[in-house]
Amino acid sequence: MNIPYTVEERPDTGLANGKLGIWLFLASEVMLFGALFSTYIILRVGAVEWPHGELNITLGAINTVILISSSVTMVMAWASLKMNDWGKHRLYLVLTWVLALVFLINKYFEYSAHLATGEGPWRSTFLAIYFTLTGLHGLHIIGGMVVMGYFLGPGAKMWKQNPEQFTNRIEYTGLYWHFVDLVWIFLFPVLYLL
Amino acid sequence: MHSDPVAIKKSVRGYLMIGAALLVFTGITVAANRFHFVVPVAITIALVIAATKGSMVASVFMHLNHEKGWIYGALLLTVIFFIVLMFVPLLTTLDHIGTPLNVPGGSVEHTGH
Repeated sequence: MNIPYTVEERPDTGLANGKLGIWLFLASEVMLFGALFSTYIILRVGAVEWPHGELNITLGAINTVILISSSVTMVMAWASLKMNDWGKHRLYLVLTWVLALVFLINKYFEYSAHLATGEGPWRSTFLAIYFTLTGLHGLHIIGGMVVMGYFLGPGAKMWKQNPEQFTNRIEYTGLYWHFVDLVWIFLFPVLYLL
Repeated sequence: MHSDPVAIKKSVRGYLMIGAALLVFTGITVAANRFHFVVPVAITIALVIAATKGSMVASVFMHLNHEKGWIYGALLLTVIFFIVLMFVPLLTTLDHIGTPLNVPGGSVEHTGH
């Protein structure tokens, strides 16, 4: 079966279906994280005391640098395809995947340092919202890695069959990945610095 | 969005510059934290920098600076609902359920149906 409008634009929207689809998905993601940010505000405003300096700012800042760098490599992976450079695309996509893995390894060290001292989500309201927000964000990182892994592995063969559709798929993956980066850009100051 | 390789080649330089600017802003966020501003000032500074970084990612990396009307429409709707969501906490301070009523000239008893 031939799925229409995977490459060509629909006459009514002026967009390929996948592009509108990923943006609607991201809109729902904005509401998901928005609900949790709203919860954070309620908890913080209602709290008598709010802890400061409980989180490792250095690790948080390093993770911010890692995610920003991964956003750059992701957009470069897409741009390389547009410039018909398959080798560079692979290099940038592998780099993005590796940076995502380093982010998760950092997060693992951060989580285990807290849990080793009994500072789990059950300990305080702050830790509960910290683990919820960063845990959900971490799941999004894993989701992105799965998709990138697919395009590095079995999904890569589409480049030979339909390069334009493959390029579009990488663009949509990139849009998701930049959104994950964008969420962290707000999570870092809200949880680590304020 | 650009589609021809020459235009893409030009925009690559822009991507790298935005990436560098984002890293600089991250440094500024961490440095500002060392000044120990009062909480309202610290929140304002941190959120202004985060919003600036976020808009750079959205406009350049996500190509929102030149997108189609349908995407702007969907995002406008999202922004409206997001703002509503952010104001939901305000309802908790406007909510007077459970607080005793202060009626002049008499006391009010709840019969508790």
